[in-house]
Amino acid sequence: MKAITSAHVKEIISIVKTGRVLTNESDRYSYSFDGSFGTYLPDVVIQTKSVEELATLVKLANREKIPVYPRGQATSLSGGPLPVKGGMVFDLSVMDDLLEIHEEDLVAVVSPGVLTSNIHHAAERKGLMYPPDPSSSHVSTIGGNLAENSGGPRGLKYGVTKDYVIGLEIITPQGEIIRTGGRTVKNVTGYDLTKLIVGSEGTLGIITKAVLRLIPKPPASETVMAIFNSLVDAGRAISKILSSGILPSKMELMDQASIVAVENYQPSGLPKDAEAMILIELDGHPSAVIDEAEQVSKVCKEVGARKVSIPKTKAETEEVWKARKLVSPAIVRIKPTKISEDATVPRSKIPEMCRRLQEIKKKYNVHLVVFGHAGDGNLHPNIIADKSDKEEMRRVELAVTEIFEAAVQLGGTLSGEHGIGTMKAPFMEMELGAVGLDMMKKIKQAWDPNNIMNPGKIFPEPGQKLVLSE
Amino acid sequence: MKHDLEQLKVELKYEKTNSCVQCGYCLPVCPTYVTMGKETHSPRGRINLVKMVGEGRITDLSVLEEPMDLCLGCRACETACPTGVEYGALLEAARAAITRRKKLSVPVRTLRNTLFKKVIPSRKAMKFIGNSMWLYEKSGIQKLARKSGLMKKLPAHLGEFEAITPSAASPWERSSLLHITPAIGDKKFTVAFFAGCVMDAMFRKINQLSVKLLSEAGCDVILIENQTCCGALHAHSGEIEESKRLAKSNIAAFEKEEIDFIVNNAGGCGAMMAEYDHLLADEPLWVERAKRFSENTKDISQILVLCGGIIAKDCPPQRITYQRSCHMTNVLKVTKEPLQLIQSIPNVEVIEMNDANMCCGSAGIYNIVNYDASMEILDQKMENVKDTEATTIITTNPGCLIQMKLGIERENLNGRMRAVHLVEYLAEAAGIM
Repeated sequence: MKAITSAHVKEIISIVKTGRVLTNESDRYSYSFDGSFGTYLPDVVIQTKSVEELATLVKLANREKIPVYPRGQATSLSGGPLPVKGGMVFDLSVMDDLLEIHEEDLVAVVSPGVLTSNIHHAAERKGLMYPPDPSSSHVSTIGGNLAENSGGPRGLKYGVTKDYVIGLEIITPQGEIIRTGGRTVKNVTGYDLTKLIVGSEGTLGIITKAVLRLIPKPPASETVMAIFNSLVDAGRAISKILSSGILPSKMELMDQASIVAVENYQPSGLPKDAEAMILIELDGHPSAVIDEAEQVSKVCKEVGARKVSIPKTKAETEEVWKARKLVSPAIVRIKPTKISEDATVPRSKIPEMCRRLQEIKKKYNVHLVVFGHAGDGNLHPNIIADKSDKEEMRRVELAVTEIFEAAVQLGGTLSGEHGIGTMKAPFMEMELGAVGLDMMKKIKQAWDPNNIMNPGKIFPEPGQKLVLSE
Repeated sequence: MKHDLEQLKVELKYEKTNSCVQCGYCLPVCPTYVTMGKETHSPRGRINLVKMVGEGRITDLSVLEEPMDLCLGCRACETACPTGVEYGALLEAARAAITRRKKLSVPVRTLRNTLFKKVIPSRKAMKFIGNSMWLYEKSGIQKLARKSGLMKKLPAHLGEFEAITPSAASPWERSSLLHITPAIGDKKFTVAFFAGCVMDAMFRKINQLSVKLLSEAGCDVILIENQTCCGALHAHSGEIEESKRLAKSNIAAFEKEEIDFIVNNAGGCGAMMAEYDHLLADEPLWVERAKRFSENTKDISQILVLCGGIIAKDCPPQRITYQRSCHMTNVLKVTKEPLQLIQSIPNVEVIEMNDANMCCGSAGIYNIVNYDASMEILDQKMENVKDTEATTIITTNPGCLIQMKLGIERENLNGRMRAVHLVEYLAEAAGIM
């Protein structure tokens, strides 16, 4: 990997005719972070809407072995866009011009800088839906969602980003522009490169355009709220609902720590002595969702829910979901540093994972809060800490490591939707095994022999460990 | 060196940066990020720069200057922030730290002379600049203005500002307002009216109407003699000590009277005064007094609603859009009352514009010192205004009012669209002249 010289910068400036090349200190530091940990200073930041200019820059990078870091709006929680080895950052959030909804083909064609929520709105205006709904969708770009294969609450019923991508335009690490897939749902022509690129975290190429699959928007929805005296019971209720022939669109869990945090932050009468609360959303035909809401209530009561309610009005429904939305702001009032994990287990193992998390919490004496998309096994164990307390952060590192181990032991995975990036790279072999990881490395080497595309991600450096106590 | 860094950390309120988790939720609501298109001009980016300086990774403080100068201070980021970062406090601390380390300016006279020599011989323009100069002198903003090339820019754009300058009384011709204006009908409250400097200099008429509206609504309105500028322009440009001095003299002046509320009609001033307790938090002798002052400070719309609204005459149908004052929305959180009052008027149709909460780019004197940046923000705002097809834009702050008038001028909408202060609109509807 080479350092950028002033001659390189000159060449970059000569290539970027329609955009901006940022090189001063304040600008470079402003592209040195994301929503995770660490500060890494890039040498140059490039903003251009021109795919040709970007491709020419990649050719230069490949020739000179300069690292290239594609970046959306850097909401990543795993370090995806961090320029860990310096080099060039491509700010693709500027490519926000293309957003077409083709109703007859049931697809959207988008450029990578379009905000995910703008795709939601555009589709909804035509009675359609783009289901993946990461919580940050009003900030995150679709390019970032594609690179990280983002999920969201609706993942339970509708799947994640990769389930809705049928075509891509990408710049290869050699600076060539290629297209994968197309506009048809059925397409078995050759290897499915589309699926390979989605979730590759920017290590195989730069996505410059995408064709997304849309579905008709469900006309109605109902919400059920259930309160439990035991977290494990709540876990059992989740499993039981899912095996009762009903597939809710969302199923969100809040544990006691998060209920207490929300109630202390903005009191609304939540039961602080309850160990868990689940919120369930059902969507579909109006009469079907009413019926399903009744069934879900019944199941919760059978498992031993202390209270089950179905909000009647829109305002009541919003009030119920507001509690869930307030978890994040409420818990950082306790301590400022939030380590947000997304280890995921098979649905049947949700109660066991809940139990393990409580053990880890006690063992390392950390402030662990569990809330998230419980229905798909994507529990979000969050640890709240203070990063200026080095001793505490070392305990957090141990606790996080054990969370990963628990998830893998239960047949789950390190990451459900945030990606590996820098933070989870040290644990890859634990999940994939040495050979499994090596096969992935071979793909990377074949695509990008000079290792210029987002180097330092996914694959651990020799001896790399999780470090949160800088 | 280490000692210096520790000192700088304290000055920058470094520990407050730790509550930023860099989630980016502030990006879409930040007018400068949206128009300038880089993280350097986003709240998250600015907080990160402060962090880098506090951690000693950036050693040259001047790196902070441009990003901080170009911030509007609208604080929409605070409303969007899920973790409660005190961005306003960080911004002011950074600006103050920068100001403290800069060489003091050439005498005010130089700036004044230059300006007055360059200014075209237009009485109206002179008055505008004269009023602004009065502000400049008081605030020490001249440093900022000089640095940003105000002297070069201003004459070129003077025509635009001239066209929208109201025929106002100058701030030196003090008051035709009575010391006490008694309540009409049953008395509900005794309030002290805060006149403000820009409002008083440029929109004297609106102040007069405010007093009349309050009195008609049932308030004894006292105009306190020794009140002064709220200090917002000072605090926003790094002159913290001066803003504290002004805050103290206002607190002392208003304490003398037995009143229920201190009422203002400028969102920017209201927000500043509502935060006097933060401003004076380190001064044990003042903090309690400041707290009382802050708690008593109310926007005129809140008091009018509290008094039961206004009695409107028969009004012709009108299409209205409401351009919120950022500080009213994001700091005071007064969002319902102005709309409630507007909607109480017969035959009025309120059309919300897209991105209604986005700043108009006025931001104190931002539109003068950062003219180009401000106009880009204004042009976007005007696109949203035009989409509403409203004939009247209502504002609740003098800066926004000037900016909206400028926007109408720039879009050649004169005669088809007007910008008024909420008070003017209510007075018109109530038949108060």
